[in-house]
Order: sequence, then structure tokens, then C-alpha cells
Amino acid sequence: MKLFYLLMVTITGLWLCYGVIEMPRWGSPNSPASVHVSPRYIEQSMAETEVPNMVTAVLADYRSYDTFGETTVVFTAAICCLLILSATRGRKES
Amino acid sequence: MMDFIVNNFNYFIYVLLMMVGLYAMMAKKNLVKKLIGMNIFQWSIILFFVSTGAKLGGTIPIIDASRELTANQYINPLPHVLMLTAIVVGVGTTGVSLALLLSIFRRFKTLDEDEIVRKLR
Amino acid sequence: MITSQESIIIKTLSRFLIPFIQLFGLYVIMHGHSSPGGGFQGGVILGASFILLVISFGYDEVKKRFSKRNVMLLTCAGVVLYGAIGVVCQLLGGNFLDYAVLPISQPRSMGMLGIEIGVGLTVMAVMVSIFRDLLTY
Repeated sequence: MKLFYLLMVTITGLWLCYGVIEMPRWGSPNSPASVHVSPRYIEQSMAETEVPNMVTAVLADYRSYDTFGETTVVFTAAICCLLILSATRGRKES
Repeated sequence: MMDFIVNNFNYFIYVLLMMVGLYAMMAKKNLVKKLIGMNIFQWSIILFFVSTGAKLGGTIPIIDASRELTANQYINPLPHVLMLTAIVVGVGTTGVSLALLLSIFRRFKTLDEDEIVRKLR
Repeated sequence: MITSQESIIIKTLSRFLIPFIQLFGLYVIMHGHSSPGGGFQGGVILGASFILLVISFGYDEVKKRFSKRNVMLLTCAGVVLYGAIGVVCQLLGGNFLDYAVLPISQPRSMGMLGIEIGVGLTVMAVMVSIFRDLLTY
């Protein structure tokens, strides 16, 4: 059975290696991820948001609604942890 | 062939990490080891995203007065933003899964997958 | 549950280090605009300092400050602060989380600082909360 799992993992790995053929080289300034929306963030964020740190500008201004969702997710994780542990504790004592 | 591997070594490292994580998630019987495998898988994807933002000759995405303000002078800030939140959410999911594992252990007195399935029947 | 091991080296060193770690966490939150940092990173540093406090002094000594009510209040306060800034922007006539309408100097920068503080509070309290839940189980 272990051999079967190893085979599956190797097939997945080779499949992903096949995908590497079309990936851009590391550090290429013209890679698809760097030409679509990020030049605008880099060139305009100082004029538009008045902060020099672009990561904070994107995190807290352009995508602040997204960050609100992330904060809610982290908050929900804490509530889940609390509820799961206190629920099973009560069952054990009863 | 050798040239191809050397030029794209970073992608092969992420594929290797992902294979380690996937194998741990499938083959290991202990649930904590499965969780560790899931974290390795997650980190391979986070490293992949961060590496797509790199630019040769670029600096960190904080505006430096001595450089001109063009896209080639700074690395891409977008993957950093997305992965920053992904790391913190990853901590949250790890905490919730550890809590679930604790309650599973308290109920079944074991973390072995086969024994839990046998006790559930 | 972690109990105190009575190691004088660990206790003295963490008593010396924890204020500096917390100061650095506050610095990372407050200077998230102009240097590397921000709410998530500073919150994690602050949470780690509290976890260091618990694992070096034992949970019994710091139990009073980590009551379920206090930690949950801090967690909620962060999310509410974040949402409240958005709603205030709406009430002043802008969009949700559109800081430009806030009636202060440099409104965008200050609005971002406010929500970074909210995120930092939430992340710090969530770290402490998850650790405390797993510890006292």
C-alpha cells in the first residue's frame, strides 16, 4: 500500500514538473504576475495613499475589505478552538 | 535538460516539498503526522507565491528616495500581501485542528487512524 | 498543564527579555507604514511574548491576567475597532473603509494606523487564546 501512495505522489510531482516548462524564470521582471496590476501599485501607491510601505498600502487601503475578512477568519478560529475544547470537556465530565 | 533544471531550481524545490507533504498526508497513520504534512504542503505553496514576486535588480517594496519610481526597481508587493494573511490564517487552522485532535484523543484514547475507524464501527 | 520548573536562569532571562519583545512588537505595529511591519507581524510578536511568559513562569502564576473574559474582550475589541473605522467613514459620507473623509490631518495614513492596531489586537489575543485553550484542556 505504501508503494501505491509513493506512485501517486511521484505521478503528481512529475505532472507538476511538466508544468514548470511554461513557468517564467525566477526573478524575471516580465513574468505574468508582475505585469498586470502590481506596476500600478508600485507607481501610484505613494501618491494615492501617502504611505511609503507598499505592502501596508495594498493590505490596508486597496484591499482593506479583504483584510477585514481575514481578521474575521482569525477571530472565528479562536472562537472555534474555545467552543470545541469546552464542548468536549463538558461531555467527559458528565 | 541540466540547464532547464538549474534555471528553474526553485520550482523543483517547491514540487519536492509538496510531494513530501502529500505523502505524509496520505501514507502516515498518525493524525498529528498528517497535520504536519498538511503544514509542509501549505508552506510549499506559500514559498511558491512569494517567489513569483521576485525581480532581479529590485529592492523591497518600501519607497526609497534614491531610486526612481518604476515597476522594475521594486519587487512585486501583491504576493507578499496575500501570503502575509495566508500565514496568519494558517496559524488559525493549525490551532483549530490541534483542538480537534485533542478532543479526538480524549474520546478515543488514540490518534491512530485505523484504530479510530475500528472503534467507530 | 505547564507548571513552573523553578529554573532561575530561564526566569531571570525572560523577565529581562519580555519588555523588550513587547516594545519591539509595538514598534512593528506603529511603524508599519514606513518600515517593514504591520498589524499581523506585530500582533504575532506580542502574542509570542505572552506565550514566553506562560512557559517560563508557569500558567498558575499568570492565570489571573489570562481569564477567558479578558482575552475574548481583546479579540472582539480588535475586530470592532476595524469595523468601527469603516462605519465612521461611511457615516462621514464616504465608502466603507474610505479613509479620505476622516477629519484629521493625513487621513489615509492615520486610518491605516487605526486598522493596523485593530488587526494587531485581534492577532495577539487569538494567539494567546488558542495557546490558553490548548494548555488548560
